Amino acid sequence: MNAARHRPDRLTRLQSLVPGLMLAPSAALVLLFVYGFILFTIYLSFTDSRILPSYDWIGLENYSKLFRLSHWTTAVVNLGVFAALYMAFSTAIGLMLAIFLDQKIRGEGVLRPIYLYPMALSFIVTGTAWKWFLDPGIGLEHTMHLWGWESFRFGWIKDRDFAIYTVVIAAVWQTSGFVMAMFLAGLRGIDGEILKAAQMDGANSWNLYRRIILPQLRPAFLSAFVILAHLAVKSYDLVIALTGGGPGRATELPATFMYSYTFSRNQMGIGAASAVIMLMTIAAIMVPYLYAELREKKA
Amino acid sequence: MTVEGASRTGHAARALIYLVLLLFALFYLLPFGIMVINSLKPLSEITGGNMMALPRTWTLEPWRAAWSTAQIGVSPTGLAPYFWNSIKMAVPAVALSTIFGAVNGYVLTKWRFRGDTLIFGLMLFSCFIPFQIVLIPMARSLGILGLAGTTPGLVLVHFVYGIGFTTLYFRNYYAAFPTELVRAAMIDGAGFFRIFWRILLPSSGPIIAVSVIWQITNIWNDFLFGTSFADFDSQPVTVALNNLVNSSTGVKEYNVHFAGAIYAALPTLLVYVVAGRYFVRGLMSGSVKG
Repeated sequence: MNAARHRPDRLTRLQSLVPGLMLAPSAALVLLFVYGFILFTIYLSFTDSRILPSYDWIGLENYSKLFRLSHWTTAVVNLGVFAALYMAFSTAIGLMLAIFLDQKIRGEGVLRPIYLYPMALSFIVTGTAWKWFLDPGIGLEHTMHLWGWESFRFGWIKDRDFAIYTVVIAAVWQTSGFVMAMFLAGLRGIDGEILKAAQMDGANSWNLYRRIILPQLRPAFLSAFVILAHLAVKSYDLVIALTGGGPGRATELPATFMYSYTFSRNQMGIGAASAVIMLMTIAAIMVPYLYAELREKKA
Repeated sequence: MTVEGASRTGHAARALIYLVLLLFALFYLLPFGIMVINSLKPLSEITGGNMMALPRTWTLEPWRAAWSTAQIGVSPTGLAPYFWNSIKMAVPAVALSTIFGAVNGYVLTKWRFRGDTLIFGLMLFSCFIPFQIVLIPMARSLGILGLAGTTPGLVLVHFVYGIGFTTLYFRNYYAAFPTELVRAAMIDGAGFFRIFWRILLPSSGPIIAVSVIWQITNIWNDFLFGTSFADFDSQPVTVALNNLVNSSTGVKEYNVHFAGAIYAALPTLLVYVVAGRYFVRGLMSGSVKG
């Protein structure tokens, strides 16, 4: 660039290579460890790998086996239920808390960090806390009985039909404060003049939010959606710590399926195929989003 | 009249808002808070008593046991050795990924070249992949490198998969840094490193804080890589905690489990309390780019 103005001697030519040389190690590591590994896993998903990688091509057999496994179907259905509820509740709670906190609340500086601190915890810690809190024999149900509410029942975590909802509760607990922070930043970024003008025109607060404020929060909604969706697909630790995938397979998710098929059941080909499906799900959400973000910046 | 009516509903509405906000504060505090209280009780008070009640006999015994004598896996070591494993893993991985991220951000904003957006895009997408997609080849590669089951192996893993986020932080931060200053320094004959060292780095404090905090939190809290790639003697504290809590032998010592969980949470909580502002900024720039 600017080196062109000087005499292009050997030293400046060498210097112009420095930035590339400094970026190269990272670029190489990412290309190898991310994209090379993705290709390798995709390749394995087309082979008959069992306990160790094998290179015998069997086409789409792993995928057709995968989709016939009831275990996988359960995991996918659970993910559907979990992701839908987790995203809906996190967004609703996050948005509500953000709007409420934005009403010139006394003590906002105390409340905000309380809402957000679970995000700093490991999912294993969260799982440990909630597992016990929800255990009917010793946790909430037990406490209610001691307090005299004998008919109180809350045994979801031991119930095949309801256990997945306990994962939702713990996950919402962990991340809804983060969603609140995103919406609050969005709310604080709205131009006060527009709001004043609307209020002068006689808009009440309900209409103000519905017509003017919420539409302006579109970027925050989009970010929340993308972040929550990718967290949902990647959910692994929380299930391991909270329910271990049980009772039965009631809280099995694709991430736990992949791990147990690859490393415990020695079905590496099928495990790889399930990982590819997970990647494609996330790519379908992330690639358009990131592409739009990067394009926007250029323009 | 109407004004008075309006302000009365206003008061009611505000009271409702405060009520909801306080209830949610309770919701966020309760599980962790009760865990702290119960970690200070003897076991008999937990299994026989009310989890909401304060301890009748206060004891630090569970904390001592969780740290140094609790049975984890096959040996009664407590969490202490695993806690050190996490530190030995996190410190180099955080340092490496932050240094490389800073240099990458500098190159990608101040020494732009054809295709730099593509490279950045590839790094950015790597932040969001489900790590299941790299588990199998990574396990093989660590074996080939002779790093299987070791702390340096985990450092490598966390370093490599942290580059994307740290690059994102520094790129966005340096993009807002006045390019004229860099140009002027170039005309004065300053080279690549000199400009970075003398001009950009001195004003990079906040973004270094963001990057370091984000990486500490992520790496300390990681479970998947730890459980996949660590041996008994290199397991991070999250994996050891999970073993402690889910070990099926003997009496479930809940109070010890809770103390253990708090040990595992302490470093990241501390970071959050001390530097919450940077933590929030890190979260936000990981989601809202620009």
